[in-house]
Amino acid sequence: MARIIVVTSGKGGVGKTTTSAAIAMGLAKKGHKTAVIDFDVGLRNLDLIMGCERRVVYDFINVINGEATLNQALIRDKNCNQLYILPASQTRDKDALSQEGVGKILEDLAKDFKYIVCDSPAGIEKGAHLAMYYADDAFVVTNPEVSSVRDSDRMLGILSSKSRRAEQNQEPIKEYLLLTRYSPERVKLGEMLSVDDVQEILSLHLLGVIPESKSVLNASNSGLPVILDEKSDAGQAYIDIVARYLGEDRPHRFIDDKKGFFGKLFNRSK
Amino acid sequence: MSLLDYFKISKASSAVLAKERLQILVAHERSSRNQPSYLPQLQKELLEVVRKYINVGQDAISVNFEQDDEQETLELNIVLPDIHAKNS
Repeated sequence: MARIIVVTSGKGGVGKTTTSAAIAMGLAKKGHKTAVIDFDVGLRNLDLIMGCERRVVYDFINVINGEATLNQALIRDKNCNQLYILPASQTRDKDALSQEGVGKILEDLAKDFKYIVCDSPAGIEKGAHLAMYYADDAFVVTNPEVSSVRDSDRMLGILSSKSRRAEQNQEPIKEYLLLTRYSPERVKLGEMLSVDDVQEILSLHLLGVIPESKSVLNASNSGLPVILDEKSDAGQAYIDIVARYLGEDRPHRFIDDKKGFFGKLFNRSK
Repeated sequence: MSLLDYFKISKASSAVLAKERLQILVAHERSSRNQPSYLPQLQKELLEVVRKYINVGQDAISVNFEQDDEQETLELNIVLPDIHAKNS
């Protein structure tokens, strides 16, 4: 039975696509056949983050419209043969996605894949709605910042009322918090909401904290999901998140400011 | 950033302010989110009916929906105009 995960946030720029790419790669590297779908019609970027932008021939909309088969549109990842990418269309037609069309594709993918990761666009328009509609699990990506927390709460309301599970009175979507761009130093200085603050407001199960990290931009520059950068803090944080999602019990890292007094003095200039 | 900044940790923290603002906002948005979608329409139609008989203002009717674990309450409050003030 395939598990459908939506990566959502409401607010833009918080790290949905980075997270989708990382966790899809992480699940695939654990040996689970995984597909990652870009729902951001008109503004696709997952292909770029995954480094397969030059191999896009057919897209999600082509498959919905019957212009290509699913197998023609799926791109096999060059780093992991268990991972496939379904790119979004660059069409400007907002109505190209239909609920039935998306449902049919997810149903077909579920026959062959263990995990299906849906990378939601920002906002609460059709693309975002369809990305979460069929989900079993929701990864709510949040920055420790007021507008992001508010939008995440809004998305939680939508997840619990507008999803297929809600409409059919099934067991609700499992919701997880992923706190990204976290800076323990700034939390210590009282300049940033802490992980406890955000959890208290959203009352969500914390799957992991991803620290603010240079490795994220480096990874997107080179088109490699940051989880492959196993030496980096962000890469390790995503590795932990995938392990926790799969049921492993791992202590949370990157929450406390580990640098001592002298470490701070010498790090001030960065 | 100077060495001095390191010792100035106890200044009023903006994170505390952020948390307080969010808690109030989120609580408010959650309560309105759980309201049934027919509420504004109900309020409008009730106002029309009442106005057939009594001359009340736009804000004379408030409709509140509250929900707890055990029951849902629909509270309707109509403020009648002050008759004595009118007659005198």
